[in-house]
Amino acid sequence: MEYFLQLFFSGLTRGSIYALIALGYTMVYGIIQLINFAHGEIYMIGAFVALIVAGVCTIYGLSGVSILILAGVIAVIYACAYGYTLEKVAYRPLRGAPRLAPLISAIGMSIFLQNYVLLAQTSDFLPFPRLIPDFAFMEPVAHIIGSPELVILVTTVVTMILLTLLIKKTRVGKAMRATQQDMNMARLVGVNVDRIISMTFIIGSGLAAIGGVLVASYIGQVNFYIGFLAGVKAFTAAVLGGIGSIPGAVIGGLVLGWAESFAAGYISSAYEDVFTFGLLVLILTLRPAGILGKARKQKV
Amino acid sequence: MLQNLKQSLLISLWFVFLTFPLMVVRVNTMDQVVIWRWMNMLWVAIASFVLSYGWRYMFARQKVRKKVADEGGETRSKLQLLLEDMSFRYKAMGVILVAALIFPQVFDTYQSTIMISALIYVVLGLGLNISVGLAGLLDLGYVAFFGVGAYSYALLNHHFDLGFWISLPIGGIIGCLFGIVLGFPILRLRGDYLAIVTLGFGMIFKVVMENWDSLSFGPSGIANIDKPSFFGMDLNLADSTVYIYYIMIAMVIFTILVTNRLKNSRVGRAWIAMREDETACVAMGIDIARTKLSAYALGAFWAGMVGVLFASKTTFINPASFTFMESAIILSIVVLGGMGSILGVIIGAFFLILLPEYMRAFSEYRMMTFGAAMVLMMIFRPQGIISNLRQTYQYKGLKDKTNNG
Amino acid sequence: MAEKKHKLLEVKGLTMDFGGLRAVDSVTLEVHEGEIAALIGPNGAGKTTFFNCVTGIYKPTKGDILLHPKGLETRRLNGLKPNKVTEMGLARTFQNIRLFPDMTVLENVMIGRHCRTKAGIFRAIIRDKMVRDEEQQIIESSYQLLEKVGLARFANEFSRNLPYGAQRRLEIARAMATDPFLLLLDEPAAGMNPYETSELDQLICKISSEDKIAILLIEHDMKLVMNISNPIYVMEYGKKIAEGSPREIKDNPKVIEAYLGEETDA
Repeated sequence: MEYFLQLFFSGLTRGSIYALIALGYTMVYGIIQLINFAHGEIYMIGAFVALIVAGVCTIYGLSGVSILILAGVIAVIYACAYGYTLEKVAYRPLRGAPRLAPLISAIGMSIFLQNYVLLAQTSDFLPFPRLIPDFAFMEPVAHIIGSPELVILVTTVVTMILLTLLIKKTRVGKAMRATQQDMNMARLVGVNVDRIISMTFIIGSGLAAIGGVLVASYIGQVNFYIGFLAGVKAFTAAVLGGIGSIPGAVIGGLVLGWAESFAAGYISSAYEDVFTFGLLVLILTLRPAGILGKARKQKV
Repeated sequence: MLQNLKQSLLISLWFVFLTFPLMVVRVNTMDQVVIWRWMNMLWVAIASFVLSYGWRYMFARQKVRKKVADEGGETRSKLQLLLEDMSFRYKAMGVILVAALIFPQVFDTYQSTIMISALIYVVLGLGLNISVGLAGLLDLGYVAFFGVGAYSYALLNHHFDLGFWISLPIGGIIGCLFGIVLGFPILRLRGDYLAIVTLGFGMIFKVVMENWDSLSFGPSGIANIDKPSFFGMDLNLADSTVYIYYIMIAMVIFTILVTNRLKNSRVGRAWIAMREDETACVAMGIDIARTKLSAYALGAFWAGMVGVLFASKTTFINPASFTFMESAIILSIVVLGGMGSILGVIIGAFFLILLPEYMRAFSEYRMMTFGAAMVLMMIFRPQGIISNLRQTYQYKGLKDKTNNG
Repeated sequence: MAEKKHKLLEVKGLTMDFGGLRAVDSVTLEVHEGEIAALIGPNGAGKTTFFNCVTGIYKPTKGDILLHPKGLETRRLNGLKPNKVTEMGLARTFQNIRLFPDMTVLENVMIGRHCRTKAGIFRAIIRDKMVRDEEQQIIESSYQLLEKVGLARFANEFSRNLPYGAQRRLEIARAMATDPFLLLLDEPAAGMNPYETSELDQLICKISSEDKIAILLIEHDMKLVMNISNPIYVMEYGKKIAEGSPREIKDNPKVIEAYLGEETDA
């Protein structure tokens, strides 16, 4: 039972990270029907920037939670900036191009950003400082769930609530929903669609950076390649939940987190990624719309 | 003028900000020091300033070209026109063939080895071109079929002592079978989902090969694979390299011949139509499932065959040769060369494989350049270096005989 | 219309729901041999959805779609894939032109021949005499179709470079290449100028009389419809509200009401 709970919570932690990244995929896909392959790279850049800020701060004598907050904030700002630039440079000129074009551009951007970080920094794994302090727990609980997991869960929940409020209550959120429904119609009623698309990339990137910082401080190391696998898995989560659907991304993330955690715990950890992709193939063939997604009727 | 300058300065400033933490700051956690690389900041500033001008220029040029095209003007470049001239093409092909045949006699083994790997990528590019370029199925796990071919030969050779020549078609067929088996579940998927699922297949292949020790000998791989034998004789290293080189040339010619025929056949046209518009294609009575499957499986067939050759060339394989990066390289060959264009893919392969090989300084920046080139290509020249040549037809016994476009 | 003509297409009580929305509501319609039938109605009346059901792009919620090819047994089209429907002899064009832009005009038509020819992968690689003959035949017959629709001089141009009206005619040629006995045209005159429309008018009549292909067309342009088609079916809000000869339709109060306030293009 204890083992089960351990797996349950590690799956939950993992899943909430997937959910954070998956949101970026799902929001972008919802609006411009593009798999933003470079999204995983934004997550990686977020983690890297946080690492650099934390490193500089540590050397210049700051400590503890203040570093965590500073590094997190700067990482999010940078990820947003990268997301914004990414859309402007690689996707905006391709609006209206054949379907494959933006997708290939996205793959190109993913390769570019990976190697940019590789060349600018290093190919080695860098140790990420333990920014989340250990606070003491009641003993029976403590070895099932640690403080980093708890911080991740709380941060994720708070972020999700804020995001939901943003989308449901604000003007920008309304415009985003309108654009998602029908881009041309939204443009006609006066929504600045280009700005909304930029906003979507910025928000998605910020969420990914939060995920990046959390995961890096949880696992304790970072390199240029972490974004790729995380990106693909988060995309799987988005598809699992129903791409385009925001609650779907969260559910998909959690399901995938648990599936991986239990499969690795009870079956074999070496084949963890095989389970993930197996699940993806299964979902796409059996129910392409995902758990919460609606099947879109193609217009002829 | 001033407007442009201001804009470029702003862009430059933006990129300096963007690249600051990654390009300038470097934390050495071991010695607890921060290295500030201010020079990088200067480079970024200058580079982005210049590039922003280039970017603007390219867009302006694109606009002009589009206008010319709309007015029915000639937008094909001189090179393109030259290539559409059949007599020139035949002459050029003859020259290239002769050059290719005497190459190993003139240059040393090392050069031939490099050439072989370039030729391997030519065939891989042409194979992937079938599914991506012709049929429009974005396959990001193509390297898995290459790996299947390589492992087929390695295992057949290791366990049953099967030779290269028997294994060559077997490798192709096994690759093809994998293509069919993996193709079935993804037939209903749209372009972008297909991309991600094939990516997954590629990764599954690698993970399985790394972990299924009893089959694949895990990460340590399989060594001492036989090189191709020459009428039962074993050749020394130099001779066998030359031999493999010629096999590879033959294979490239075979591949060009077959893909060219397919492209201009009933099947090939169906692939292209499917790429252009799936709904219209199915409404014209074409069975989409079968068309997709045939393109996917045929692409896999080539990858499987080259895989066999790859294994016999290196005599050692392990899962590390079959990463996503390989798939990405093959894809960029197809994209940069020109999707659907056989000549384009060949030129693309030579360009992308030989350039980093001969310019060592460049090889470090190789993948980054490929990535950037893919983006730029999609924006400014989606048809690739050599765009698809237009096929013209002759009609017998009709009044309008002089018409040949 | 003295003697009873052979019935080619018979649609009975066709209904199509999208979620809660009933786009087509129990529509019954017949097309006979030699007819140019028309389906008209205001925007959003469900005409294109009706076409999509008949051609297999959508699976209808209720109703029967029966095809009675001459001399062959009756086939029910419900749930068949679009390519099977085309193989059965029912071809279509699209409202928003869907050509293959990166293929030449001739190649676009050659695609239509696909389901009537058979060279497979291996034959294409070997390219024996039979395949070469078949290929040449595809080229010849496609070229003849281009001549028929007046596009022969564009044969080797990319279809994306064609003027708008020519693209519409190319779609018709491509559909005809599949050897249909019934042709479904979805707003063939949309976006055409009066001269192009009258050319199209003649083309449709020519197809009907020379090639013995029955035609069912959706059209907004009342003039075109009134000139060439009989019978005419009128749809509004998914329902069939009238059918009959052009004159009957013109005088039908329901039709007048449906088009009232809505510009008639006529």
